[in-house]
Amino acid sequence: MRIPILKLYDYLLISIQVELDDQTVLQFQEDVLNKIHQEGSRGVVIDLTSVEMVDSYIAKVLGDVVDMSKLMGAKVVLTGIQPSVAITLIDMGITLEDVATALDLEQGLEKLQRELEG
Amino acid sequence: MQVQTRVDIHSEWGIVAARQAGRKLAKEIGFGSVDQARITTAISELARNIYLYANQGEISIEEVASAGKRGMKVVASDRGPGIKDVRSVMEDGFTTSGGLGAGLPGVKRLMDDFDIDSEEEEGTTIISIKWLR
Ligand SMILES: Nc1ncnc2c1ncn2[C@@H]1O[C@H](COP(=O)(O)OP(=O)(O)OP(=O)(O)O)[C@@H](O)[C@H]1O
Ligand SMILES: [Mg+2]
Repeated sequence: MRIPILKLYDYLLISIQVELDDQTVLQFQEDVLNKIHQEGSRGVVIDLTSVEMVDSYIAKVLGDVVDMSKLMGAKVVLTGIQPSVAITLIDMGITLEDVATALDLEQGLEKLQRELEG
Repeated sequence: MQVQTRVDIHSEWGIVAARQAGRKLAKEIGFGSVDQARITTAISELARNIYLYANQGEISIEEVASAGKRGMKVVASDRGPGIKDVRSVMEDGFTTSGGLGAGLPGVKRLMDDFDIDSEEEEGTTIISIKWLR
């Protein structure tokens, strides 16, 4: 299963709508980095509105995507994290420190625009 | 009632199957969305550990009742290498695989009851229960 990545100007927009099995998560990581490279994207919004569960493995890969994108020069914002997912992550002691977040896709884009265009 | 569902874990697809079965049963028992996420996440952690460290095993889930309380029991069992030092794997951040080391301590916090029984060379059984409030 491949997660579609949309390009909008200097940004990539991704809305995760599928069950995240391990292979899909790893493919996603690779696809995002390749797309940043191809398009010269400066910012990425990953929307998690439809994601009902984030375990330690998915959290680690998401954190890695943020760090790797940063290395490549793109800033990632995670948006739409469900209350139950946020509570579960904190219960597990996973804080995703230093990861930019916003309430929804629109606010995520605005955040990127503010930070990247000043 | 009191039917037990077993999911074999011998590939990463088993992880997905186990958590889907877990969410379905949690919903049927009447858990709210936050507890559904807690239970599903705990199952995902246990199933992944089986796949990663023991290659294969099983997750079984069932509704339980005790002293007027209802809940959901999740048992993860494998005949893998076992855990040498149970105390250290229960510490946040302990990992032998470059993970976050959040799995087992996380499951303990996500569920209400948690019991781990592991013997080197014999395997590991982890029994956990979430009670309906
Ligand atoms: N079923 C098992 N059989 C043998 N060893 C296990 C089993 N489950 C866990 N372990 C051992 O316990 C350690 C801690 O497990 P835990 O799930 O807490 O963290 P992790 O799997 O290393 O990382 P994470 O779950 O955060 O991705 C593992 O690294 C592994 O060495
Ligand atoms: Mg683990």
